[in-house]
Amino acid sequence: MSYLEYNVKYVPAGLRKVLYINWFLVLLLTAVACMGFLMLYSVAGGSMEPWAAAQMKRFALGMALMFTIAMVPIWFWRNMAGLGYILSLGLLVLVEFIGTSGMGAQRWIDLGFMRLQPSELSKITLVMILAAYYDWLDIKKVSRPFWVLLPIILILLPTALVLQQPDLGTSILLLAGGGAIMFLAGVSLWYFGVVLAGGVGLVTSVFMSRGTDWQLLKDYQFRRIDTFLDPSSDPLGAGYHITQSKIALGSGGWTGRGFMQGTQSRLNFLPEKQTDFIFTTLAEELGFLGGVSLLALYVLILAFCVAAALQNKDRFSSLLILGIAATFFLFFAVNMSMVMGLAPVVGVPLPLVSYGGSAMLVLLVGFGLVQSAHVHRARQKR
Amino acid sequence: MKRSPIDTEKSARGITRRGLFLGGLQVSFAALLLGRMRFMQVDQTEEYRTLAEENRIKFQLIPPARGLIHDRNGKLIAGNEQNYRIVLVREDAGDPAKVLNRLRKIVWIDDEEITRVLSEMKRRSSFVPVTVADRVAWEDIAEVAINAPVLPGITPEVGLSRLYPRASDFAHVVGYVGPVSDYDLSKLEDPDPLLQIPRFQIGKSGVEAKLELTLRGSSGTREVEVNALGREMRELGREDGQPGDNIQLTVDADLQAYVQARMAGESAAAVVMDTQTGDLLAIGSAPSFDPNKFVRGISGSDYRSLLNDPYRPLAAKPAQGTYPPGSTFKMVTALAALEEGVIGLGETVKCYGHLEVHKRRFHCWKRAGHGKVDMVKSLRESCDVYYYDVAQRVGIEKIAAMARRLGLGDRHDLPLSAVAEGLVPDKAWKRQARGADWVIGDSLNAGIGQGFVLASPLQLAVMTARISTGLAVSPRLVRSINGVEQPILNDGPMAISGESLRIVRQGMYEVVNAKRGTGGRSKIVAEGLRMAGKTGTSQVRNITKAERARGVSRNEDLPWNRRDHALFVCYAPAESPRYAVSVVVEHGGGGSKAAAPIARDILLQAVYGGEPPLEAYPSSQRGTIRSRQREIEEMLSRPPAERFSEGKDQA
Repeated sequence: MSYLEYNVKYVPAGLRKVLYINWFLVLLLTAVACMGFLMLYSVAGGSMEPWAAAQMKRFALGMALMFTIAMVPIWFWRNMAGLGYILSLGLLVLVEFIGTSGMGAQRWIDLGFMRLQPSELSKITLVMILAAYYDWLDIKKVSRPFWVLLPIILILLPTALVLQQPDLGTSILLLAGGGAIMFLAGVSLWYFGVVLAGGVGLVTSVFMSRGTDWQLLKDYQFRRIDTFLDPSSDPLGAGYHITQSKIALGSGGWTGRGFMQGTQSRLNFLPEKQTDFIFTTLAEELGFLGGVSLLALYVLILAFCVAAALQNKDRFSSLLILGIAATFFLFFAVNMSMVMGLAPVVGVPLPLVSYGGSAMLVLLVGFGLVQSAHVHRARQKR
Repeated sequence: MKRSPIDTEKSARGITRRGLFLGGLQVSFAALLLGRMRFMQVDQTEEYRTLAEENRIKFQLIPPARGLIHDRNGKLIAGNEQNYRIVLVREDAGDPAKVLNRLRKIVWIDDEEITRVLSEMKRRSSFVPVTVADRVAWEDIAEVAINAPVLPGITPEVGLSRLYPRASDFAHVVGYVGPVSDYDLSKLEDPDPLLQIPRFQIGKSGVEAKLELTLRGSSGTREVEVNALGREMRELGREDGQPGDNIQLTVDADLQAYVQARMAGESAAAVVMDTQTGDLLAIGSAPSFDPNKFVRGISGSDYRSLLNDPYRPLAAKPAQGTYPPGSTFKMVTALAALEEGVIGLGETVKCYGHLEVHKRRFHCWKRAGHGKVDMVKSLRESCDVYYYDVAQRVGIEKIAAMARRLGLGDRHDLPLSAVAEGLVPDKAWKRQARGADWVIGDSLNAGIGQGFVLASPLQLAVMTARISTGLAVSPRLVRSINGVEQPILNDGPMAISGESLRIVRQGMYEVVNAKRGTGGRSKIVAEGLRMAGKTGTSQVRNITKAERARGVSRNEDLPWNRRDHALFVCYAPAESPRYAVSVVVEHGGGGSKAAAPIARDILLQAVYGGEPPLEAYPSSQRGTIRSRQREIEEMLSRPPAERFSEGKDQA
């Protein structure tokens, strides 16, 4: 599709763009964020400090960013994809040297007003570069080996750097997110079959490598897998997180114990109750209905994204929207599986709910891109 | 990128197909999460709720205040004292070693204790209070409180611990408490969870142990919400326990103190019993020990010196100790004979100093013999030959039956540790225990309270009381529990004829008051308070033929532990008996010399309810009595814990 073709149809311009923003999506995002504020208020023992207030400010900042990005034409962002990708790779390298470490991993750069996690940023830039790549690539070449190898390298570069930090959760998200875009772009299913087989082989060799000189994962990562497979083996040690998380979640019942009435999180039985495990607090206090509500909001957000992507005839826009939706899906799917004991404990926050600046901003930037693609879609003249 | 409309269409179709597929996959996964959530939160919620409650709520026991023990006049024998201790919380202290060093300038704590405290603190969570010093004086606590600003993390705490204000006086009656041991727990089938409280103390001996359940009370509970580290967040509920029941004993604390002081320096036991009610007014055992030391944790060297003392301070002699009753048993033989009619009042037996039975010679204590002896004289002068003869005639079975009727061989259900049954031998017993037939010599020996017969001072007091009144009265130690009077155990008149009793009482009266009475030196001259009694001297060894040929060596020449036991039983006033007293002085020599004066002093003390006037004593003895009274007055003027400090060394 060319620039000229846009003129044939109708692309909103100027302040009119505001009318074409997907306001329902904005509403959904705000609703999710509000659930987050409530839970942060609750886990702080009924106080805005130290989490809820800060989270609100970030959300406001994120919303502002989202609207700004939405106003900028989507083709500008497509042109920025390469630059963004290189910038985020640079930051990932930089974080190795000047990063601040936490929880045994080097992860963020202190910018003064916030801590920037380049690994979060790379989730968006990877989606952008891949969407731009497949937009640029001739459709007929998509499944040719060389043209398949190129995006794989694009994916593996940031993934390797993130794994090096080490941050297993983000690496998985990057791999899966990148893979999703390749799938959407129409890469032959054979490749995925081969990668799946290779993955099984890799998992096997990772387990085989344990205790040898060429161990592929850190000890703590192995322990996380162990405790995932059998949390009761070490109930007060490494399995503590999973066990306590399941207790809190399970004790919620249909309607929960009531807002601010959750005993497990308030009494510190829950680990990282304001970040990765915040869903357990929500499930304990608001019960099954609360959990289902959040899940429904997430699914609605996904649905809107898919709908927006399918309406959009621009290849870059569609791939970008679906890629960001896939990343968003991976966030909450991995996090929820983790707290429900379906997946090992990997550091993935609950999108828009968990306390944390980078993830919130990056997600809203992502949705800004979604909005931009939506706003600048070519429409039939009425 | 420029693209043909055909390509655009193709691209859009591909993305739509795969996008819908991926979207469907995502929704399916969301459905899976929903299912999992439903399973955990709806189907399994009960299980998880239970787990959550277990996480959150802890129950703590509140130890109840132990019941108090008073004497018959309401004087405190066992109480609870406020016990101040100092605890340190690590997280508040910052640097515990530094704070402890500052604390040591106020309260004395030895190096060993400091090391223990520091290592205990490392083991425990930082908010757990660790006891640094126990039983701290109030002055020190006050000083610690004043210096609180420079002693972060230090707090004085108060608890209750057992205190025996009368110190050693009641060590063998009331006993003492101590921390629950594993052995204590193993003995109980379903131990009260209270016993698991650290530092909880239970009765270890005496009344404290026997009436443990009465004194203990029931625990209260505190329901507290704790966080993941076990720190208390808030109290959810509190149910106060039931303090233990208070017990009033029949003993008279002042009389007991006198008895203990009077027996100082001896290894002796004394029992004072009310002849009408059976109330035990004093149960003395000398030497004694300070039970407070056991409550506080006795030192190894103190404990060893108590164990190795030949006077056996730890033994509760009045009820645990059994002795051959010697001549004090003669009333039993006499009553058996009178009741069986084998000998009349005026009938006499000739005593030549010995009696030959089956070629074996049985000696009288008086080698020259008593000449013609009747019943009253036999008691007065304690003629052995008379009783050999009578015992032979009446037979062991009748003697044993009479002994039992008078309360010998009976444990007398009392809340004291290891109450001895004593031994009233008969044919069946010998067959069973010794596997031998009863021989006539056994009867002769039993007739004078030697041989197999064993009785505790307590049993002798009961016997004396029963003889003095003719009532089958049993001893009572607990007067009331929580104000509820305990029954007096008096079965009314015994099936013994008044005439027999009158004769025996006459004999006992003459022992003390008549010329030639064996207890004549311990007369009471106060009008209406005359005493009746019986001396006893029980051998702890056999006198060999060779010894007898050489002339039996005098007691004073023998080593202490081979000397005879001295016994004396008595009651007063002779006309209307109120108190019966028995005294046993281990290895004291003759009953008349060693035991009778003590018994008389105790009896007078009981009758007068305090120090008796000198006029009660024969005029010739008043000088020595006066000086002894002064000695004891001086001793009693000291605090209970310090009375016997130097008396211990002489043992």
